[in-house]
Amino acid sequence: MANDFLVFDRVTKRYGALTAVNDVSFTVNKGEFFSLLGPSGCGKTTLLRMLGGFERPDAGRIYLNGEDITDMPPNKRRVHTVFQNYALFPTMTIRDNIAFSLKLAKKPKAEIDENVEAMLEMIQLSEHAWKYPNQLSGGQKQRVAIARALVDRPQVLLLDEPLAALDLKLRQHMLLELDTIHDQVGITFLYVTHDQGEAMSLSDRIAVINKGKVEQLDQPAKIYEAPVSSFVAAFIGDTNFFEGVIESTDGDYCTIQVPGFGAIRAYNDKNLAATQKVHLSVRPEKIRVTSVPPPPEKGASINVFQAKVTDVVYQGVYTKYWVRCGDRSISSMKPHSRFLLDQEKITWNDRVYIWWHPDDAYMIENFSELDESLIQTPPTPPEDE
Amino acid sequence: MDKIERKKKFAEMVVSLPSFVWLAVFFAAPTLIVLSFTFHDHTANGGVAAAWSLATWRDLVNPDYPTIVWRTIRISLEVTAWCILLSLPCAYAIARLPKNIRAMVAGLIMLPFWTSFVVRVFAWKTMLHPDGFLQRCYYIFLDIRTWLFDWLPGFLQSFLCWLGLATPGAADPASATILDSELAVVLVSVYTFLPFAIMPIYTAAEKFDFALMEAARDLGAKGFYAFRKIFIPGVRQGIVSAILMVFIPAIGSYVIPQMLGGTNCVLIGNKIFMRAIQNRNIPHASALATVMALSVLVPIGAWVWWKSRQNAKDKKRLEEATRESILMGGAS
Ligand SMILES: Nc1ncnc2c1ncn2[C@@H]1O[C@H](COP(=O)(O)OP(=O)(O)OP(=O)(O)O)[C@@H](O)[C@H]1O
Ligand SMILES: [Mg+2]
Repeated sequence: MANDFLVFDRVTKRYGALTAVNDVSFTVNKGEFFSLLGPSGCGKTTLLRMLGGFERPDAGRIYLNGEDITDMPPNKRRVHTVFQNYALFPTMTIRDNIAFSLKLAKKPKAEIDENVEAMLEMIQLSEHAWKYPNQLSGGQKQRVAIARALVDRPQVLLLDEPLAALDLKLRQHMLLELDTIHDQVGITFLYVTHDQGEAMSLSDRIAVINKGKVEQLDQPAKIYEAPVSSFVAAFIGDTNFFEGVIESTDGDYCTIQVPGFGAIRAYNDKNLAATQKVHLSVRPEKIRVTSVPPPPEKGASINVFQAKVTDVVYQGVYTKYWVRCGDRSISSMKPHSRFLLDQEKITWNDRVYIWWHPDDAYMIENFSELDESLIQTPPTPPEDE
Repeated sequence: MDKIERKKKFAEMVVSLPSFVWLAVFFAAPTLIVLSFTFHDHTANGGVAAAWSLATWRDLVNPDYPTIVWRTIRISLEVTAWCILLSLPCAYAIARLPKNIRAMVAGLIMLPFWTSFVVRVFAWKTMLHPDGFLQRCYYIFLDIRTWLFDWLPGFLQSFLCWLGLATPGAADPASATILDSELAVVLVSVYTFLPFAIMPIYTAAEKFDFALMEAARDLGAKGFYAFRKIFIPGVRQGIVSAILMVFIPAIGSYVIPQMLGGTNCVLIGNKIFMRAIQNRNIPHASALATVMALSVLVPIGAWVWWKSRQNAKDKKRLEEATRESILMGGAS
């Protein structure tokens, strides 16, 4: 454990009766872009504040570079934070803001100037160095906050929802910029967000947090494709859950009887035996919706069901279909590969076929009914005639 | 459009008329009357002579006055400094309290105002009386100081004497009384004006974003450094108000030196009183009041002028930079 770079070892934090962080352990590698992803109130900020030194864990230890930093005051830790509201010093110019940590360390003036200039260049604000924070735009403030935290090369940079206050376009732009900065400086980034898109596109690894616990820790693709729990499956992206009992197995595959729906063939990655209960997650984009049956070359083993369209939501990049099948509402997402207006349209009340390959379903280990509320529901309640 | 503007202007004038009249009648006019008195001689029966004259200003050349003016300014500065020094941590502490307690504590600071000011000064007089509690404590403090001093090696003793921090030998009780000394005036002035310093600084501190302190700590600052470099500049508006709120009344202070300063700490306020009431020389008192007012207004005016020039410069710079960046195609 001492060899690992940043270690949270069974850390717990309580506020009165509420356990904000519950027995959390994970390890961050040096130079990694590591994200903490979870819904509001799950304890992400609390974790960051304990690492920054602003909260003391009730139990557990935090190690940085082999050193136990749990009880170290914040000013002693080589860990800097980019705060959500930037927290730039309003009485100082941009240059003085960035130079703050270097001046504190009593670095020679030439060195301070050189480092600050380099930072200003990196964030492309050299011409604004003499301005005060309230004379900058949101994106510029954001960049200053990052430069201020990076200038004396901390061991870890903590970012607490740094993009939350920016509008969509700027957020996308800053996302790329953050990625570039991380590549340039090679410092470990610990990034907190509740936006799965941000976490997915930036991180080397993601820890998905739910109710103060790490639910899953893995690379973005793994988290998306192989969620361990219904929470992860429903929180990251969208999905359809099926609950059933295994009827039979054949080799790598099995057939699952889903009450109120039908029999589904799925890849049996958990090697379950017949009569065992199972929960499946099928992502909407894996489910195809067509007005004709799937072509025979797709094979006989794919899952095909007849359904009725209850809602169509056009989203530009893709269209979302809600279909009724048995007593279930199923969502499907269709990217627009060809020019949309040329295609034959599927609309409300159309009779359609939905189909997906057995490999496209994933078995969920831990299922909680509560997580079904995280799944998107049709914009209008489906009408039953 | 023009009509609307004119209407607006008119409305503004109507709204501000009462306060304008108030200021003109009760502030500007008396000030000018006082000023005009200084250019008349006084009459034997305490009136103001009708003829214009510079006699009053000539009489003002009195060897005592520079000493008294300087003492007044020095004591006012001392009192202001102590008040600011004490109210900064105080305001900080109150602003960090939970919101529901905060208002109550801020109210407690105003509590002394429920008792008459003169009564409170009398209370101090009792406490500072040679048999009073504070005076006894002060004697003990002086004894300990003398004992410590005797115990020091000789060269340190002479060094401290040279710095003016100590005098050899035991303090004689006569010069060690607090009452009727400058110490009493400073002490009670600080006590009296402290709420006026705490309040504006507290108001500024309440608006201060304490996340900035955390940011400073995060970047490696110790608590006191963050207090100095982030909190104090952050509440500087409040500090400026506090300085004015303490310094201006301290300059005009009259009751405290009268009751606690004895003959050792006569301030300009006492001199004005003496000239106006005892000597029945209104023009002379007016001239002293004018000198006192100018001694406050000139530095403050100079500071305000310097500050507004600074602001105008900053604004121009920002405007130029904005224009440039627009010309360059609004990059970044
Ligand atoms: N100082 C505090 N006192 C009491 N409860 C607190 C305190 N700070 C946080 N909490 C509680 O701890 C839980 C976790 O809070 P935290 O700020 O870590 O959430 P978060 O994951 O950062 O959420 P968000 O995405 O909304 O910022 C919340 O339920 C919150 O109400
Ligand atoms: Mg948070």
